[in-house]
Amino acid sequence: MINSFQELSILLPEIFLLGMACLILVLDLFLSQRLRAVTFWLTQLSLLVTLFLSLKLLPDATAFAFGESFIHDPMSVLLKAAIYIIIAAVFFYSRAYLHERNMHKGEYYVLGLFAVLGMMIMVSAYSLLVLYLGLELLSLSLYAMVAFNRDSAQASEAAMKYFVLGALASGMLLYGISMIYGVTGELGIPAVSAAVAETGRDNIVLVFGLCFVMVGLAFKLGAVPFHMWVPDVYQGAPTAVTLFIGTAPKIAGFAMMMRVLVDSLGALQADWQAMLVVLVILSLAIGNIIAIAQTNLKRMLAYSTIAHVGFILMGILTGSATGYSAAMFYSIVYALMTLGGFGMIILLSRNGFEADRLDDFKGLNERSPWFAFMMLIFMFSMAGVPPLVGFHAKLAVLSAVVETGMVWLAVVAVLFSVIGAFYYLRIIKLMYFDPAEQREQINKSFDFKLVLSANGLAVLGFGLYPGLLMAWCIAALV
Amino acid sequence: MISLSHYLILGAMLFSLSVAGIFINRKNVIVLLMSIELMLLAVNMNFIAFSHYLQDLAGQVFVFFILTVAAAEAAIGLAILVVLFRNKNTINVSDLDAMKG
Repeated sequence: MINSFQELSILLPEIFLLGMACLILVLDLFLSQRLRAVTFWLTQLSLLVTLFLSLKLLPDATAFAFGESFIHDPMSVLLKAAIYIIIAAVFFYSRAYLHERNMHKGEYYVLGLFAVLGMMIMVSAYSLLVLYLGLELLSLSLYAMVAFNRDSAQASEAAMKYFVLGALASGMLLYGISMIYGVTGELGIPAVSAAVAETGRDNIVLVFGLCFVMVGLAFKLGAVPFHMWVPDVYQGAPTAVTLFIGTAPKIAGFAMMMRVLVDSLGALQADWQAMLVVLVILSLAIGNIIAIAQTNLKRMLAYSTIAHVGFILMGILTGSATGYSAAMFYSIVYALMTLGGFGMIILLSRNGFEADRLDDFKGLNERSPWFAFMMLIFMFSMAGVPPLVGFHAKLAVLSAVVETGMVWLAVVAVLFSVIGAFYYLRIIKLMYFDPAEQREQINKSFDFKLVLSANGLAVLGFGLYPGLLMAWCIAALV
Repeated sequence: MISLSHYLILGAMLFSLSVAGIFINRKNVIVLLMSIELMLLAVNMNFIAFSHYLQDLAGQVFVFFILTVAAAEAAIGLAILVVLFRNKNTINVSDLDAMKG
């Protein structure tokens, strides 16, 4: 009895967040539109308390719950903390966006909290069943969020595409899991791992299952050739939702990759490494080249996401602890940079004007030198220019790849990054060297500007002192 | 005697039918939703066959969870379909082409 209570205590952050999400859902019904800020601050408070519970209250050692189907380890703590902080900033940016468009409804925050809960479960899942449930909780919340603006034809089209392709991906993943279950007779990750190590690579059914699992995972992360949904969803969804989809779920996706490929199917490394190489090269190529042709900034950032996912997968395919921590570092840094990029779009937009064309950034330096500088930081960081944090992320992944002896892959990645630098630099050129088309004042609240500035300075600060975050990522995987 | 492989072949056939239904169909979004359901049921077929063959209950438990998630997924899918129809007055798959590039 005492034992089961101790087991439950490692789920305290999840239980608390679930309770708060339900409470906010009910409470929001009784609030008038004027008091909507209460919902917002309550949401932020629950994220803060959840962060505290995850960091302070739980033991440092690895612990399990529910018969080893739920794990609490250093990796889960670090990734969860990153998810909470990034989502808190997402809510700050979204509030301004939704408020201006009379879409400021409590459902956004409730769906957001359930999505966070789904990500937490994905990060901590130690059984394929729990992993699937976390993934579905995240995906279902996101489908609903994309269709959040009910009067927009574009948003509902994007939601439909996201839904159909997301459900297809879940189906593929499940089919693969069913094959793995058939061969091993187990669902728990350590048990699957032991059984796979015993059966070995010769089992054709196991490799067949791995193929399907890989397709499902690649779909969810948006790696080429399973990326069709990414540009349409990024462009069609309200910017506040694109911001949500583009940031923290990638961290959860990285955790899912680690749990499935490394923890459970580690014995098949040679097989999934070969598949990942193909995904990585295609993602880097298509992502970076097609982004050049885009005139819509949200669509351009969607292709840039695809290229960044290529880098994250490249860290995983090395199969070494250095590579895994580099990929973890990359996924956190990527979320931070994308957060800023979409935050800038929201900063410049107002009701009836989305600021999502590249031309809308023309002459930003004349209108607001400080935020032009922030955008400069985000774009340079995404392009991988030192001393910003995006450079260290790329460097860590590339050096891990070189360490494993795949120098040619590192060369290919660098070449495509150079091509990719073009479209990031184009935005900087538009901001600094072109005359402004828009003359409107930037009328966002003080706290919005504060969070966005902190976001930009974090990208700069982590770039100047990358050792801190890197040390956390390395410690998380020991 | 019906063996495990018969069930697996049936599951694979249902699964391929549903994937084909998603990719070939250019007419109606509701058919897409039906294909998605069929896909999850094909997976359930696999799980139950394996579960029986391995004499292990975990597979059947998984099926219960998949059924529940499938119900939630259908609810959200139909809700999005209603919103889509209100905005575009069509549920034709080939009309969902406002965004490209």
